[in-house]
This record gives sequence, structure tokens and C-alpha cells, in this order.
Amino acid sequence: MSGVEAVIGLEVHAELLTSSKIFCRCSAAFGGPANTHVCPVCLGMPGVLPVLNRRVVEFAIRAGLATQCTIAGSSRFARKNYFYPDLPKGYQISMYETPICTGGWLDVLVDGGTKRIGLTRIHMEEDTGKNIHDAHGDASLVDFNRSGVPLLEIVSEPDIRTVAEAGAYLRMLRSILMYLEICDGNMEEGSFRCDANISVRPAGQAAFGTKVEVKNMNSFRAVEKAITYEIARQTEALASGERIVQETRLWDAEREETRSMRRKEYADDYRYFPEPDLLPLVVDAAWVGEIRATLPELPGPRCDRFIRDHGLSPYDADVLTQRKDVADYFEAGVAAGAPPKEMANWVMTELLRIVREEKLDRALVIRDWPLTATQLARLALLVQAGTINRNTAKSLIPRLRGTGRDPEELVRAEGLAQVSDRAALERAVADVVARHPGQAAEFRAGKDRVLGFLVGQVMKATGGKANPQLVQELLRAALSG
Amino acid sequence: MTPLHDLSLRDAAARVRRRETSSVELVRAALDRIAAVEPAVGAFLSVTEAEALAAAAAIDRRIAAGEDPGPLAGVPAGIKDIICTAGIRTTAGSRILERFVPAYDATVTARLKRAGAVIVGKLNCDEFAMGSSTENSALGTTRNPWDGNRVPGGSSGGSGAAVAAGECHAALGTDTGGSVRLPAAFCGVVGLKPTYGRVSRYGVIAYASSLDQVGPLARDVADTALMLEAIAGHDPADSTASPRPVPSYLAALEQGVRGLRLGLPREYFVEGMQPEVEAGVRAAVRELERLGAIVEPVSLPHTEYAIATYYLIATAEASSNLARYDGIRYGLRVPADSLGAMYEASRAAGFGTEVKRRIMLGTYALSAGYYDAYYLKAQQVRTLIRRDFEQVFQRCEALVTPVAPTTAFRLGEKIADPLTMYLSDIFTISVNLAGLPGLALPCGFDASGLPIGLQVIGRPFDEETVLRIGAAYEQATDWHRRRASL
Repeated sequence: MSGVEAVIGLEVHAELLTSSKIFCRCSAAFGGPANTHVCPVCLGMPGVLPVLNRRVVEFAIRAGLATQCTIAGSSRFARKNYFYPDLPKGYQISMYETPICTGGWLDVLVDGGTKRIGLTRIHMEEDTGKNIHDAHGDASLVDFNRSGVPLLEIVSEPDIRTVAEAGAYLRMLRSILMYLEICDGNMEEGSFRCDANISVRPAGQAAFGTKVEVKNMNSFRAVEKAITYEIARQTEALASGERIVQETRLWDAEREETRSMRRKEYADDYRYFPEPDLLPLVVDAAWVGEIRATLPELPGPRCDRFIRDHGLSPYDADVLTQRKDVADYFEAGVAAGAPPKEMANWVMTELLRIVREEKLDRALVIRDWPLTATQLARLALLVQAGTINRNTAKSLIPRLRGTGRDPEELVRAEGLAQVSDRAALERAVADVVARHPGQAAEFRAGKDRVLGFLVGQVMKATGGKANPQLVQELLRAALSG
Repeated sequence: MTPLHDLSLRDAAARVRRRETSSVELVRAALDRIAAVEPAVGAFLSVTEAEALAAAAAIDRRIAAGEDPGPLAGVPAGIKDIICTAGIRTTAGSRILERFVPAYDATVTARLKRAGAVIVGKLNCDEFAMGSSTENSALGTTRNPWDGNRVPGGSSGGSGAAVAAGECHAALGTDTGGSVRLPAAFCGVVGLKPTYGRVSRYGVIAYASSLDQVGPLARDVADTALMLEAIAGHDPADSTASPRPVPSYLAALEQGVRGLRLGLPREYFVEGMQPEVEAGVRAAVRELERLGAIVEPVSLPHTEYAIATYYLIATAEASSNLARYDGIRYGLRVPADSLGAMYEASRAAGFGTEVKRRIMLGTYALSAGYYDAYYLKAQQVRTLIRRDFEQVFQRCEALVTPVAPTTAFRLGEKIADPLTMYLSDIFTISVNLAGLPGLALPCGFDASGLPIGLQVIGRPFDEETVLRIGAAYEQATDWHRRRASL
């Protein structure tokens, strides 16, 4: 059906990187043997009381300031009441009527343009434990290590219209949280989770359609696939005159479809009311000011600056600024003298490939880069100066790794500098042409492709050190004679 | 000579300090008294004989070694069974926690121990502190030491009865709508509900979080002051506990009431109250005037809404606070085929009628579509009630009222009629809604020989004035010296 517009709002739950939990002193670290990061408070024992972790508030304010939100001078925690075995108190301490941050936005890059997506609110809450089924016969077990780990819930306005915008928003949000060093952004381990509210409406209609909430998406790909699926499903339903029901659907990653959750499980009335065990949260402007002063340059402005100051393409600037550590690495290389464009190419094609292959980006901040930024910068400079060719440079990366050695020194010590000596190369070319008369004839007959083979033979003969442009030039000259 | 169990807390502690009596002797005397009168009183749910004797022996050793045993030096005290005691069963008077043994001490438990008190046992109460007669306890009946056919008041009925019966020198209770003051009045002892935030709630099994407050019960005002001093003060584990410094309450007692302005709220002398109670309280007011206080009539116009307000706010909070008793991690579990059925069966078997009634009331008050009309409205009225007090406290330093409209009623008399039972708290409940300190102390006896209670209500965090008024009255009278014959 043509002329249908999707309306999407995203709810992100981000686990915060505080060392202790939100309402007790237990470790908030991921993992650990079951029920070892627990105490009477996060187990919901009788008589215990929550005490708010100040660091969590600071992180929430950081997130709010980085997304242009208003920070409430006074806000309140509230209880969200429901029964579930992983919820030890029978209620979750969250925020309801008065969240700490409201009314911000994110600017994201989509299809070459900038789209502004509003943020309704950011609030703090505690995570639940985890039910474990099928591990102990018929019994289900509960691990409360995660119970009380601090979360930010970040709710967007229904400003998102396409899958691409949803993806760009999520990537930008994750990027910002990681820049702020408040969330590790790990979707697989559940430290960055996303639910989507999706509806469709005929293009031009002002009123929203009936929205469906989609949960259980554990990767960016899953979010994108689930939204695509759900838009198609609703569009079809709309076309065939079916009524769309307001419901919660779960993404099934194996079957690649959304399925309705039984109504009973989501039709709860959470009976929110202000948490009487915690005083209203008062945040003074001076503290907000102190926190604002510690904010790093954020990915959006940094991307703009990379385009402006380093002359990078918007695409390259975007890739390089998604992670703060990568952007820092790039700029360190530029500072060490590498031409920005060269440095960008080396980081994007070689370094980030290794980082991804070896999953070094699992860490919030990459610490064991294959090369230091200075090493990579020196390598790029050697290529630019024509001292070594690109292939030699690539082959040096594993050898330089972990040594701290200056690439130039290695090139000198091992005689790896490329051969640009015309006379020497002419001899090698003549030799190769003489040893491969068949291919030489083919080239002369107009089979241009054979040149690659002959260049390869010359490179081989020179131990890979020959200047490839020069070899090509000399070969053409030799064969045209 | 006064038997050891009948000594005041101060005298007993002083004797231990002077090594005239050992803590072990005091504890043995308390245990003997418990053994002798418990069949008639039934104040205790657990008597911790072995632990108490060991703790007493440890205190005696410390004294022998020249160490300071603390202000409560080895004196036997009891704790309401809704306050957690590490390693000692803590039931909240409920089947659902009948076998629950906490791994931690409540802050007040730890502070009592640190002050040198020896815990001799855990005291009966209405289930989760919901009640005015202790008849809602699922685990035992407590009788009024003055008349075994009467209730001790509630919900801290075990605390009131144990102190009145000489089974311990002082006790801790909790007061959400009158639960320390009513049993103090019915049992003829002194009981104080401190200002909300004066005493930590950490480790106190929650009924209604914005109203609950731990308070001491003792046989006179000075002992009550001493107990308060031991438990009050900031606690990093309770965000609602005030960081205000704790004054010396004992030191405040000697200043008398001359020139103090006391308000007599007209709404607290209502039709239908027992005439002897009104007469007793009015006589006490005259006594205070004779001692130099200036008494004037005042009005708290929103008083009539207090009970309705309380039963929305307290039940709303309770419905949430009691959700954790789900049979998953601790407490009673009744196995069933599904998770939902297990929740239902466990809670159906574990909670008593009054608890279920309040959970349902509170759940309703918080439900979508009713929240504004009930919970939110109740919070607004609560503000009006608090303002009533703020108004009169601009003129008066304290208010004097009865604790309850009647003396102790008969066991079974009101249990079938919850609304009538709720009216027992009509004079105490506003104090919790406003978060104020309230002291109950004996001011006479009715024709049946049952104690009448006088209530002194003070400004927030002004326990000193409240106790000072109580002490002045007590010095001029001897009601507090009378003992129930058991």
C-alpha cells in the first residue's frame, strides 16, 4: 500500500557503569556466580530501605545535559507495582510523574541530512533480577545479581519515521552514552536495550494510528528487522481493513517475526505512587553546572569539527566519531603529523578491521590498540613519502604490534624501503618480460589484464619492495617497444 | 525492697554500673518474671533466654574489666516482633513470616544493644502492626495485665503488656496510627511516638512507610527519655531519618511547665467518649495548670477527616510494602501448579483477614481511575491536617488530649467490627499524619480499675518539651507507680 507513514518512538534502557547498585552497596558488575552480588536490600528482605547512589544521579544528569534536556530541580522516585519472581520487593523503584530529565533532543545523520529527534524524558530506575528456567529440573531459579543495578530509561518522542532513522537514533544515543562513559553500550549482554512503539497511518493524516509495543530485540539488526517487519505487518493490516490492536509483541529472532504476548501479561495496572522511603530528589544548579563542565565533546559536534578542521567526508567523520576512543586515536595520529585523510583511511580500513575481528571494541574504551596512534601516523607518513608501498606498510602492522618500535627504524633496519631506482627496476622488468614471452605477447595483442600478472612477477622478484606505479610504467614502456 | 524486675530502667542500670547487681541477675529476674506471668499475659512470641544470658554475662565481664557498658547497662528490654533481630525469629505477628529469621539487626536493635540493653525476647503485635488490640496477631493472644479479659491495645500490645507486667524494664514498639500510645494507655505505662524521621526505620518491617515510627515504652517518662536517646538519630541506611543532632532528653526533664502554653483541641473531646476518660484527662489538664502551664482551647478543624485519610494512605503503602511476601525467597510458600496460583495460595494462607482487607483497600485506592479521587485526595487532606497543627503550634508549645476515647475494651468486643476498632485511634492518628511527636502517659483509672491515658503532642522534633511536660505531670502524681496485680 503506498502512502503509508510509520510513526516510531523508542524506549531505551541503559545499564549504568557505576561500581555499586542504585540503592545499596552491592557490586553492579555484570556476571559473577549467581546471587553473589546481593544483600538484604537488593533481595527485598523485610524491613530494608533504599538509599540513593549519588553517582547514579550524576550519570543521569550527564545523560540529560548531553541530550539538551531540562534537569529538574526536584524530582521523585515512584513505585511501579507488579508481581514477578525476579522483582524481589513486588515493586520496582522508578520515576513516574516527575522524571529527572525532560524535553531534550538528538540530531542524527540520515541519508546525508540531519534529523532532529525529540527526547520525552530520561529517568532512573532499578533493574530486576533474572529468572533461570530449565537449569534445575522443574524448578525455576532466580539470580538477583542484576537486581538493583542502575538503569536509565530514555524515551524518545514519536518523531521517528523510518527504519534508517531508528537505527541512526539508536547508534547516536549509544554513542553519546559511551562518550559520557556511563554505559558500555553492550546490547548482547543487555546493558543497552531497546523497545519500540510502532504505528502506521495514511500519509498526510495528522492523528497517530494505534501503536504496538515491540520488545525482545537484542541487537541493532534485530531492532531494524523487527521495525521493518512490524511496519509491513501493520501496513498490510491497514490495507486489508483490519483493525490494529494496541498490544505488546515480542520479536522472535529465529522466525524473524513479531508475535503477540498474551494480554494478561501486559494489561497490568502498575499502581504507581511516590516512593515514601526516599525523599524528593533535589538537584541544585551549582551541581548541574559542575557536571556540565566535565562533559566531553560529543559525537555530533565532533563529527562537524572533523569535517571542518580535518577536511574529512561526512561519512568518514561519522565513522571516526562514533566512538570517543576511535576519534581520540585518529586525532592523536593527526597530531603526530599524519595527513588527516591518510590517517582516516588507515584507521578505517586497517585498524578498525583488526579491532572488530578481535572484538577489542567490547571494552568501553579500547586500550590495547594494535599500534599506537603515533606508530600508525609514522607508517602513513612513510607511505605518503614513497619510502614504502602500501602493501609493505600493511605487512608491518603485525610486526610493529606491541613493540612500540618506530616504523621508520624497522624499515631501515630491515631494508624494506621501496625500490624506486629506475635502472634497477628496468633490469628486473626486462628480466620478467624475457621469462614470460607468452604473457608479453598477449599484452601486446591487447590483453591489458595480463599487466597485473607481470607487475606481480616484478614485485616478487624485488621482494615486494618495488614502487608499484613505477613498475607499471616501466612495463608498459618495455612492452610497447 | 523492690524486686529486681520492678526497678526502673535507670535504677537497674545504675545498680549494674555500681556492681550492686549484675546484668545476669537482672536478666534472670526478668526471665523468672516472664515464666511466672506469661501464662496470664502472653506478651512474648519468643523468649531469648540463652542469648540474653550470654549477652548479660558479656556485659558483666565488660564492667568487671572496667569498660563502660553503655547507658542501658545490662538491663532487660523487649522488642516488638516487627523489628528485625539478627538470628532471632521475627514474625510481624504473621503466619507468612512465622519461621523468618533475619540475617540483620534493625538499626534500633543494634543501637539498643550498643547502649547496653539485653534483649530478653520478641513481643506480640497485630499482624504487620495492623490493629488496635493485638487480636490480629496470628501467633498468640496477649491479655491486659490489669484485666485478663481485656485487650492490651495495639498494635504494640505485647510491648505495653510486658512493660506493665514487669517482664522487662522497657520495650520498643512501632506507631503508625497510635500503636505505641494506645497500648501504653491501655496498659498504664508510658509510650512515645517520636517525630517522623527522629528514629531510623531500617530493619523495621514496613506497614506504612510515611507513617511508621519506632518508639519506646517504659514505666515512667525518664526511662522513656533514656530509651529514646539510645535509639534516635541519623542513620545512613534510612534516607528518611533526620540528620538533626539528638539532644539529651533526660536533661530536658527537670525544667517544669511553668509558663508553657498548652492547647486543648476541642475536636478531641467528643460525644460518645467514656466519661471517666474525659474526666481523667481534664483533671490532668487542671494539674498542669496548677503547675504553671497556660492552657487554652484550640481547634484542629480537619480532625474529622483523619481516619479516612489514614485508611487510604496507610493501606495504599501497605498494599505495596506487603507485595514482597510472595513465597519466592522467604516466608510461607504454599506449592501450586503455576506461579500465579502459588502467589495466591501462599498469600491466602499467610495473611490474616485484617491484612487482606487493608491490602485490598490500598490496592483499590492506587488503581488507575481511582488514584486521584482516593490516594491523591488523601495526600491533600493530609497536608490540611498538618497545617492545622502548624497553626496551633504558632501559639502553643504542645497540645494535651486523651490517647483514646475509652479504656481497654474486652477481648473479642470489637474484632468483628473493623470500623469501630478503627475509632480507637481517633485521637492518635492525626499525629502520625502530621509526623509529630506524641507521648502517652497514665493519668488515672476508671471505675473498673483500668488505666486512662493522657497524650501530649509536640512540635516536630520537640520531643524535649513533650517529655518535660510528661515528667512534670508525673512528678506531681503517682499513677505511674501503680502496678497491675498478677
